[in-house]
Amino acid sequence: MTYQPQNDFGTPESRSDETVSLTIDGRNVTVPAGTSVMRAAAEQGTSIPKLCATDSVKSFGSCRLCLVEIDGRRGTPASCTTPVEPGMVVRTQTPHLAKLRKGVMELYISDHPLDCLTCAANGDCELQDQAGAVGLRDVRYDVQATHLGQEKDHSNPYFDFDPSKCIACSRCIRACDEVQGTLALTMEGRGWDSKISAGLASDNFLESECVSCGACVQACPTATLVEKKVVEVGTPERSVVTTCAYCGVGCTFRAEMRGEQLVRMVPYKDGKANRGHSCVKGRFAWGYAQHQERILKPMIRKSISDPWREVEWDEAFAYTASELKRISAKYGRNALGGITSSRCTNEETFLVQKLIRAGFGNNNVDTCARVCHSPTGYGLKTTFGTSAGTQDFDSVEDTDVILIIGANPTDGHPVFASRMKRRLRGQDGRPGAKLIVIDPRRTDIVRSPHIEAQHHLPLRPGTNVAVLTAMAHVIVTEGLADEAFIRERCDWDEYSHWAEFVSQARNSPENLQPVTLVDAEELRAAARLYATGGNGAIYYGLGVTEHSQGSSTVMAIANLAMATGNIGRRGVGVNPLRGQNNVQGACDMGSFPHELAGYRHISDGNTRKLFEDDWGVTLDPEPGLRIPNMLDAAVDGVFKALYCQGEDILQSDPNTAHVSAGLAAMECVIVHDLFLNETANYAHIFLPGSTFLEKNGTFTNAERRIQPVRKVMTPMNGLEDWEVTQRLAQAMGLDWNYTHPSEIMDEIARLTPTFAGVSFARLDEAGSLQWPVTADAPDGSPIMHVDGFVRGKGKFVVTDYVPTDEKTGPRFPLLLTTGRILSQYNVGAQTRRTENVAWHPEDLLEIHPVDAEDRGVKSGDWVKLASRAGETTLRATVTDRVAPGVVYTTFHHAVTQANVVTTDFSDWATNCPEYKVTAVQISASNGPTEWQEEYEALSTRSRRVETGIAAE
Amino acid sequence: MNSVERLVHMANQIATNLATDAAPVAAVADHIQQFWDPRMKKMIFAHGTAGLSPIAAAAISLLADAQNGA
Repeated sequence: MTYQPQNDFGTPESRSDETVSLTIDGRNVTVPAGTSVMRAAAEQGTSIPKLCATDSVKSFGSCRLCLVEIDGRRGTPASCTTPVEPGMVVRTQTPHLAKLRKGVMELYISDHPLDCLTCAANGDCELQDQAGAVGLRDVRYDVQATHLGQEKDHSNPYFDFDPSKCIACSRCIRACDEVQGTLALTMEGRGWDSKISAGLASDNFLESECVSCGACVQACPTATLVEKKVVEVGTPERSVVTTCAYCGVGCTFRAEMRGEQLVRMVPYKDGKANRGHSCVKGRFAWGYAQHQERILKPMIRKSISDPWREVEWDEAFAYTASELKRISAKYGRNALGGITSSRCTNEETFLVQKLIRAGFGNNNVDTCARVCHSPTGYGLKTTFGTSAGTQDFDSVEDTDVILIIGANPTDGHPVFASRMKRRLRGQDGRPGAKLIVIDPRRTDIVRSPHIEAQHHLPLRPGTNVAVLTAMAHVIVTEGLADEAFIRERCDWDEYSHWAEFVSQARNSPENLQPVTLVDAEELRAAARLYATGGNGAIYYGLGVTEHSQGSSTVMAIANLAMATGNIGRRGVGVNPLRGQNNVQGACDMGSFPHELAGYRHISDGNTRKLFEDDWGVTLDPEPGLRIPNMLDAAVDGVFKALYCQGEDILQSDPNTAHVSAGLAAMECVIVHDLFLNETANYAHIFLPGSTFLEKNGTFTNAERRIQPVRKVMTPMNGLEDWEVTQRLAQAMGLDWNYTHPSEIMDEIARLTPTFAGVSFARLDEAGSLQWPVTADAPDGSPIMHVDGFVRGKGKFVVTDYVPTDEKTGPRFPLLLTTGRILSQYNVGAQTRRTENVAWHPEDLLEIHPVDAEDRGVKSGDWVKLASRAGETTLRATVTDRVAPGVVYTTFHHAVTQANVVTTDFSDWATNCPEYKVTAVQISASNGPTEWQEEYEALSTRSRRVETGIAAE
Repeated sequence: MNSVERLVHMANQIATNLATDAAPVAAVADHIQQFWDPRMKKMIFAHGTAGLSPIAAAAISLLADAQNGA
């Protein structure tokens, strides 16, 4: 479509069920009570001039441009701040109003540069539009003092701030307050001296608390805050709605284009996951898509000590297929396997697992969910009957108590965190929700502007189950359990058994305090609040799953929700915050070695037959190898070939030395990726991948929402990723002939009951659909378990606390926990290749002042981080965000390789690695470790590409 | 840890966490049956019960017997 800005109704939508009818410019309109006159007019297609109003923030009434006349009212009220009333008669265009508006505009323009022709917002500027709309032809004032000629702030890598063009409408400040919830921006000075400030007068945008979400840029009606890319290339000429490829929130964006050039990504107001908001990654950090380090030609080499040799696609597929066949013939079919990517589309993921099951002839397929949310799959399936999160994101609007455990939403899931914060602050006279945070660190959400957790339980890493069992102890022994709910929805005998267990004195908060280090009274108060505070919703992340008792913790969470009746309606539930954009989808698509699409076990003959008949093959009924098992088998010399799509296991998986030993033992490692990632150091075949901007397909976010990904430019590597997998399958002899990803989705829908009603046509029509999408729920299922649990009766599972085998001791006295930060994403392959490095150029080690002093460490010092698995060096930052005895770092940078120190202890049920607990020691250091030096040399050696001999 | 040691560790870990189940031995056996690939199962059968906790050992014996009987 040609470029159209998104509709702006001027003020937010009213949620009232009551309606009001009125007349605007002689036309009748009916809107929900509480709607502003401005919005009512906009909904009937009447545009009232405005500058300070936009529908993402509350009305402000400062610009005086939206004045209207209302019968029976004195004067000319502002339409943005005047709510509709029954029978109201409104006129938006009269000679009197025209005169007033022209006067207002004249004043604005008298202090605004008249450089429209050379302005970056030319053609996309509300001030320019309104000057035209009110018919301003002349400025009579001979202004002596103006705001023109002020210095621009170019500090933010993605947008500029030009105070000379500011009309002081405060839209940016209100967007920062109301939409993002950071409250970084403010108005400095008063009256004529008013000026937008990024924080303190000394702050520029980069150094301030601004998180670069882009809400202010989006809200700005002029070119005061404008994307650098627009300044560079001009305004867009068309737009395509698509889905972000970063985290599991799954924001919908408009990719705004000039030809095949992406100008900007703008959050889409109708996106049901993000509701028009964005974060620094999705909004701005897409430069990696055209980064010079992207590999665009297939490459092969006999040995990892050889340089790479570029080849054409045909040769690459023929060679890959011949290697896979050779290895299968020599070592047996079980020597092959593959890893699907949580960053690729559902359709691509489905094809990779199909290639492995139907082409390789085994079930050795796994996905990166192994190392993040596999315990969610196990835990929720056991207790509720399906591994799905129970709510949609909108549900948080009806929550009274938010319990966050092992998640850091403001960094990991920032757009949803903004919605959470909005609910925590309260709105329009409605008090905010209460907040409980269970986390070893004082994460930002514990205390931030206008938000303070009622209870922060800073537990010792590794004691989640003990803390949750202690909370259950309080709920049961103090009679706070919702027995009516339990009797109706759950197995009462199992509940009784569980209740008897948690009631034991050994599970009291007081008894467990020495283990968890959580104050017993504080824990009791938190448990009472969750059980009695109204709608209670639990949000959790990898701080729950990445433990030796990850699955037990998920089940303990499910127990708590069932015991308090917090399941099956809006405002409550158990909500896993998924890490990557399509980790939910990758799991749904049958990426795990023990189950086919839709979470059906491979040993189930009926399900297998369904697939066998459709695919025309016989499937192995035995589960295949999980990623860590593949690496063990490789070290044992029996696993020889790996097809790895869009995952960098060498950097992301634990105990790097073990991963590299496994990879080095294989004869054919195929990396299918955008860049020569760390895993590619051990690869023999490199198949270049395409970005989310270059292909069609779907992603499924953390709320089970299946959303379209739309191609906005031609793949620079020549093929979409599903085409690469299909060509490889064809080279292996499989008769695949998909012509479009919609045909793959049709196959998924045909074979997967929960996707039965999904098709590209339905998705285009609805925008998105939350599975299950079935005959009973053709429009999808925002909330799960509404009339009963998927498994029938909810199952209470006794979760006894079992301490991890990873112990601190004299040699390794501190506990390391790892995580991520806002500006970087996962292993950093994408974000390190964007300007986001301005915020986080290196991984830092957070250490408590007491531990730092004991070791003579100051902020900025190089320190050695050593565990039983390995050692690395990085710089320290001394902070009391971490408790004494706990240190923390991120794993975004390949130079640090935090996973050199993590161990191969893992979750008992799923082998999800225990990233969150490693016993370590910190000591002063003056340089990189031997590992880091050797690894750097290996990387340089391994990334050589043979240069062709020039033709004569 | 080599691969066999790791399997013994995993089996013990499963047994510890399922010890509170109403039928722990069957639960452990079922878990291993559902999630371990055939080679892993073969390796632990060949290894025997050394180093295994009583529940894990009983579960492995149960699985091995079922396999042999089949």
